[in-house]
Formats: sequence, structure tokens, C-alpha cells
Amino acid sequence: MNLLVIFISAVLINNFVFYYFLGLCPYLGVSRKIGPSISMGMAVTFVLSLTAVASWMINHWILLPYGLDYLQIVSFILVIAALVQLVEMFIRKVSPPLYQAMGIYLPLITTNCVIMGLALLAALKNYNFLETVIFGVSAGLGFTLAIVLMAAIREQLDLADVPRPLRGAAIALITAGIISLAFMGFSGIIK
Amino acid sequence: MNLFIPVITMGLIAFVLSVGLFFAYKKLKVAIDPRLEEIAEILPQANCGACGFAGCQALAEALVAGQAEPNACPVGGNEVATRLAAILGVESSAVIKKVARLHCRGHYEAAPVRSLYVGVSTCFAAHLLGGYKLCTYGCLHLGDCVRACQFEAMVIGQDGLPLIDEQKCTGCGKCVEACPRGLLELHPVERNIFVFCRSLDRPAVSRKVCKNACIACNICVRACPEAIIMESNLARIIDWKKIPVEKIPAIEKCPTGAISRLKKEIMAVEVKKTEPQDERRSYCYEN
Repeated sequence: MNLLVIFISAVLINNFVFYYFLGLCPYLGVSRKIGPSISMGMAVTFVLSLTAVASWMINHWILLPYGLDYLQIVSFILVIAALVQLVEMFIRKVSPPLYQAMGIYLPLITTNCVIMGLALLAALKNYNFLETVIFGVSAGLGFTLAIVLMAAIREQLDLADVPRPLRGAAIALITAGIISLAFMGFSGIIK
Repeated sequence: MNLFIPVITMGLIAFVLSVGLFFAYKKLKVAIDPRLEEIAEILPQANCGACGFAGCQALAEALVAGQAEPNACPVGGNEVATRLAAILGVESSAVIKKVARLHCRGHYEAAPVRSLYVGVSTCFAAHLLGGYKLCTYGCLHLGDCVRACQFEAMVIGQDGLPLIDEQKCTGCGKCVEACPRGLLELHPVERNIFVFCRSLDRPAVSRKVCKNACIACNICVRACPEAIIMESNLARIIDWKKIPVEKIPAIEKCPTGAISRLKKEIMAVEVKKTEPQDERRSYCYEN
């Protein structure tokens, strides 16, 4: 039950984009077309899941036992960066098509705030291992949902008659704000 | 002392990770053909797709894999082909330079308009409505081809027809795709005799709608039956190489000039991106 609550909370209610306003850079940057936005969402989900595992290990096996939790931010950055490098190499070796589809996004999101945010939030909330993994996966799915929604709207917006001063980034930010408001409607589901 | 604990911890973590990455890199290194980079440098990087591959990178990969010929890039021409062949260690055959040719001479004065068109200023949109000229096969003068050209080789001329700069045209074929009426085709640059008309109208109709249309009079077919045929009211050149030079004057007796040699003096007009003129005037020519 607890896991389900974490899942729904991270996807809908405390969505990383709409609630914490994390990961706005790829959210606005890669949401012009649905295709790339799905790839981006998948890549983020993937990295978030890995991050959740790695950061939990570092936090619970090294930092907490020796009272070094003030090193969380630095060590998380280090571990995530190394891990993503490793994964990138691995994908490149094993599956070139997947590398073509996802490879360019991986370095982009390595040091993104949504990744750091997840690691720090999971540490802050004292999740156990399973909870952390679920938290990571569902945060990624939440991000995917957000970016695909945004891309779908922006594809329609391209055809809309937007007032001249609002074209481009302005209308994208307004749209993001309105979607975010809409997602506030979920906030009553879980106390 | 307290200072050393985080330093040592971080140092250790970083060391372990970097050693891990080092070995992973050795193990997982993907052998990239060094020729790939050289080839990518030689290719024009216009990513126009004229070679039939998704872009210059895709062509480079195909070249290395031996799935493409060194002369595959029409944009780069002979120079690129020979350099590619040198890297790949194969013989290169010469690239036949192709340029786009317009198959219409229905300029403002020759082909009168049927109606006033004030819609979206693209050939595509005008074509959807059946065009605004009496001739339903001819050039619409709105410049879809000019906008499609990445190499600034085309411009709409004074008479409304696009002019193509042979030097700048790379034969990428973007304009061929852009023309909704299929009036542009790629031809070897040395070919100089064409039927400058695509009208399938009956002679009585095409005579009325355009002064320069093919009116299916068969003069050219009689002059050179081995290379020219008449099909659906339109003369067609089957094989331009079979047209003997001495027969060209007889062929050029065409009463409307629809079949003729390229007028090189027109082609030589230096192509410049002109200032966008008053759009409405440009395509609502009063005849």
C-alpha cells in the first residue's frame, strides 16, 4: 500500500515537473515533438531508476554509517555522472540502435536537477531500498507523462494563432503553468 | 583532522569510480573506423539527402561499410568523389553533374491568369485550388522551389519563372519535390534540349491557355522520330542523346518554341535573392 502511495504521489501529485519544478530545462527544450519527448522521458526514467539505486547504496552503505551525510550532494553528483558514463558505454557496445535513439539524451540529463532532486528527496524521506526504487521509477514516469503532455500540446500550438508577443518560449511557459495548475487538482487524493 | 575525512572519502569514491570506468572503457570500447571521421569532414554536411541516405553521417557510414559508391554525393561533385575514393582505396567514376531544369515557359505574358488569387502565397496552396492560371499544368510563380533550395541557386525571375543558377545548383532535388506540379526535373548539365511544357491539354485548349505550350503539332516528331514521340498531346524526348545535332534546327521549328535548346543567355542571368516584391502584383498579372 505504501509503495502504491509513493507511486501515485510521484507520478501525479508531487510530480517532479509540476510540483517541484525540477527538470524544467529538458521539459521545455525537448518537448517540441512527441517522438523525441518520449525518448527523453524514457532516458530520464532509466537514469532516475539507476540513480535511485546508486544513491541509496552510497547513502546507506558509506555516508550514513560514518556520519558523512553532509557529503550527499557532492557524492551523488560523482556517482551519478560515473554511472551514466558507464551505462552510455554499455548501451553503445551492446545496442547501437538504442544508443542512436537515447544516447544523445543521456549526457544531457546526467547532471540535471531532476536527478539530483530525486536522490536528495529519497535520502530526506528515509525511504528503504524498495521504496527508493519505486520512487525513482515513478518519478521518471511522471516526468515522461509531463513531457509527452507538453509535446502534444505544443504540436497543436504550432498550428494555433498565438499573439505575436507570446510566441515561442512565452506561450510554452504559460502552457506549462496551466498544466501545472491542472495537476494541482490531484493534490487531494493523498493526505 | 575533520577536514581530512570528507577529502579522503570523496577521493576514495572518485578513485574507485574512475578505476571502474577505466576498465569498463577498455572492455566496452567500440571500435570506430577512423575513416568515418575523415569522410565526415570531406562531405558537405548539408544533410540534404540527395545521396539517398538519411544525411551526411549516414552516407559516411554506408561508404565505410561499402554500401555506397564514392560518387554517391551529387552535391560534392567530382572533387569530393576523388577524395573519398582516395580514402576508401577504390576507383571512382566521374560524377555526372545534374541540375534542376524547369519544364514550363508559361511566364506572365505567355500564360494568362484565370482568376485573382489572394490565398496563401505558396504554389502548393494555389495548386490545391486548381491554380489561378488558365493553364492547369504550368508554373504558378509563387516560389515553392526557391524556398526549398538550400543553396540559393534559384530565384523567381522577372517573367515569373524560377531561374536556376547552374553553378550553384547541386542537383539535390529539393525543388523537384517542392514543385506541386512536377515541373522541375534533374538532368545532366550537358543536356540542352528539352520539351518546356507539361500540359496534357488538347491542342485547342493548350493553344488558348499558353503561348508557349506544346500544341501536339508533331513537327518535332517528324523531324526526329527515333528520339521524340507524341503522347497524350505532349511531345516527349525519349533519349536526348539520340538526337543528332543536325536535326536540332528542324526540331526547333516548333511553332510555340515548346521544344527547343536551353536559352543559355537566360540561364546566365546572375541569380540573386531579390527583395520580396509586392506579392499580390507578382501573381495577379494583368494581361
